[in-house]
Amino acid sequence: MSIDKQQGEGAEVLLMGNEAIARGALEAGVQVAAGYPGTPSSEIIETLSRYAEPGKLYVEWSANEKVAMEVAAAASFSGLRSLCVMKQNGVNVASDFLLHLVGSGTRGGMLLVSCDDPGALSSVNEGESRHFARLMEIPLLEPADFQEAKEMTLWAFTLSEEIRNIVMVRSVTRMSHASGNVVLGALPPSRGKAEFLCDGKVSDPERGPMISAPVVEKHRLQQEKIRKAATIFETSPFNAYAGPERPELLIITSSACRLYSNEAVSLLAAEGRVGILKLGTTWPIPPAYVKKHLMATEKVLIVEEVLPFLEEQVKILAAEQVREIGFKTFYGKNDGTLPMSGELNPDLVAAAIGRILGIAPPAIPAVYGEKLRMYAGLVPRREQTFCPGCPHRAAYWSIREALQRDGRNGFVCGDIGCYAMAVLFQAAGFHTAKTLHAMGSGIGLASGFGKLGSFGMDQPVLAVCGDSTFYHAAIPALINAVHQNANVIFLVLDNSGTAMTGFQSHPGLAVNAMGDAVPMVDIAAICGAMGVKVVSGDPFALRETRETLNQLMEEGGGVKVLILKQSCALSPEKKARKQYLMRVDEHLCRGDACGCNRLCTRIFRCPGLLWDREKGKAQIDEVICAGCGVCSGICPAEAIRCEEAPLS
Amino acid sequence: MTKPLLAKDPYNIIITGVGGQGNVMASRVLANMLVRTGCKATIGETFGMSQRGGSVMSHIRVSATTAWSPQIPKGRADLIVAIEPVEALRVLADYGNPAVKILVNMRPIYPVGVITGEAEYPAPEKIREAVTSLSALSCFFNATDEAVKLGNPVLGNIVMIGAVVGLGVLPVNREVFETVIREGMPASRVEANLHAFAIGMAAVTCAVNADG
Repeated sequence: MSIDKQQGEGAEVLLMGNEAIARGALEAGVQVAAGYPGTPSSEIIETLSRYAEPGKLYVEWSANEKVAMEVAAAASFSGLRSLCVMKQNGVNVASDFLLHLVGSGTRGGMLLVSCDDPGALSSVNEGESRHFARLMEIPLLEPADFQEAKEMTLWAFTLSEEIRNIVMVRSVTRMSHASGNVVLGALPPSRGKAEFLCDGKVSDPERGPMISAPVVEKHRLQQEKIRKAATIFETSPFNAYAGPERPELLIITSSACRLYSNEAVSLLAAEGRVGILKLGTTWPIPPAYVKKHLMATEKVLIVEEVLPFLEEQVKILAAEQVREIGFKTFYGKNDGTLPMSGELNPDLVAAAIGRILGIAPPAIPAVYGEKLRMYAGLVPRREQTFCPGCPHRAAYWSIREALQRDGRNGFVCGDIGCYAMAVLFQAAGFHTAKTLHAMGSGIGLASGFGKLGSFGMDQPVLAVCGDSTFYHAAIPALINAVHQNANVIFLVLDNSGTAMTGFQSHPGLAVNAMGDAVPMVDIAAICGAMGVKVVSGDPFALRETRETLNQLMEEGGGVKVLILKQSCALSPEKKARKQYLMRVDEHLCRGDACGCNRLCTRIFRCPGLLWDREKGKAQIDEVICAGCGVCSGICPAEAIRCEEAPLS
Repeated sequence: MTKPLLAKDPYNIIITGVGGQGNVMASRVLANMLVRTGCKATIGETFGMSQRGGSVMSHIRVSATTAWSPQIPKGRADLIVAIEPVEALRVLADYGNPAVKILVNMRPIYPVGVITGEAEYPAPEKIREAVTSLSALSCFFNATDEAVKLGNPVLGNIVMIGAVVGLGVLPVNREVFETVIREGMPASRVEANLHAFAIGMAAVTCAVNADG
């Protein structure tokens, strides 16, 4: 689903939060947009890429988030409106440049859009990017519904130009990946041309060089800008109060938590007792505006995700103003009224309000609850796993076989992508991958493990990395491993795209975000230029892959690279297309008597392979099977047969 | 536009299934239909790594006036559409209540734990018994079988959308489905979708009538 280009100003359409943010940027006349894919942020750049047009809007998937921010900043320095987009931990990657950018300031309006993932629904961290706004001293905006996501993004460009610095817009999964009604505004005509004016003095913000020095002077100027933003925020329409004039309890909230708070108050029918102060400008909070609302109540509950960010600001303000506003009782994260990890929801907020005000949330009827308990044991757990036809299952199968044959207790350092599931879930990866941290950290850790031989470690050290991750952050660590002569086998699991987030382009492909032909940067050539042994293979060729791995383990001595290339089963060229029709030859399948211990269904665990309990034989689920043919290579009785599927 | 009539405001729908069953697509189509008829629809869903072979759930809040939380409070579903049978039970456990209506596609997708033999998948009659006992109205379909006959098992999701419309609890009809599908899909896929929709719509009408 995408924004319909035919629908113009005034049309009311269903948009995902990310599409609403993209629409806001389009309505602001954004000219350059850059980002790195990461759930839940990816749809913003994807949406913008459909509007790309030479001289009007340039969109790119950058190699990583720091480069994306640099690309967007260059546009801003040249007078264009620009946007960079990333998920929460992407801000960490970009933060070194950001620290210097806030000192130099910006020219054309520039936004950083960060989409956080409270509850880590699609992340291996619960990092909170809001703290970067305070750390870097830049304004922070948080939309609390879909219309606001659009309006706020649109307005943020104006704010950026007014204070001549980057503005941060922060969303969360439940905004970015939720959808709601949005009334569209007009798309503006093309804006001006690009020119980097740089012939002025260092002190000239219009024509001088863009640098963060003289540091202390620039820092002072930056703080003036943030004070100006606070003043603007005092009258911002993105801050709003709803509730009684003197509420018994004041909720201060932002983002998706505003919707949870509304719902919780409605569940408890406490509209007459609770007021909700929704802040859209969350750093710095507008002091006079918040103070006015604090004066109207004794009890304050701060509802936010994930850490007590607003809570700390409100408490500082209350301490500074205590003579005028009097003593308050605060509830929130610090006192345990709400949990400080994981995402919130309407039930958690309702329970918190209920405890403070002594109201019991509505309960499930007892008879129904009894029935639920009776049937509770029926539902089997559904663990996540690799898709049918996934090349990673095949790659990890060969790694498992090779490590078992080697017998020295070798292990894999994991990295970020679908293949990370090998560490997270038992059903995937066959217990081979044992570490999982940041993008590129697999090879970085392996570089360290690979130097521990002199301390007596003789375990083979393997690292995996996807194609997109290779360009993002693996290259410096790989260079380090090569240069330090670390004992590492580095497997690049190349599935030809940024598969996990939806097949965004990366530098290894000959096409960019806008669909234009571009030069591709070859992984094998990069590794080869580092002077190490590079082997390429097909993960679906199980025996060859296993043999290559065992050979590389035996050789030892420095870094070896094995590139396993096979497109993702969900890629547009493969999806819903079977290469093979699979079947189990029941005469050949020896069933429980085989002695293989049901290698196919108990160990290999592809969802397309079932075990027919009545017959005691393996069976293909034709609706699920992707027809990759890999399982025919694991059956010792050769009972899993594949034949070429007819071209549909 | 006049305000749409809803049995309840907000009306809470959960579409549930397993990654790859077209759950997100189904929720988008239904919510788009609702927006076209003048409703405010809020969808809450997660996708990304969370969909890889795991349970996928979309929450749709339908209101005449405003956006609601993208997460439905526990025990507050009005209509559950399950594209996979044990997912129906999983959602009932958290969001069920005595008044809930539920449509279930009976084609199982076995969790890995069941394939390995570590877990049991409940028998179809046991699932029917539990679903019937935990809902005010329940209808069971073989949507995937019908979709396979149409040439693509993923069309099971559209069979289920047809059933939702046939149930008659929402202010949407076949015409608005066709409009949304024609706008959002390549022309070559429209006919199969209309066909799948018609099958679901007819199936639910029979089932509800038989129910009484």
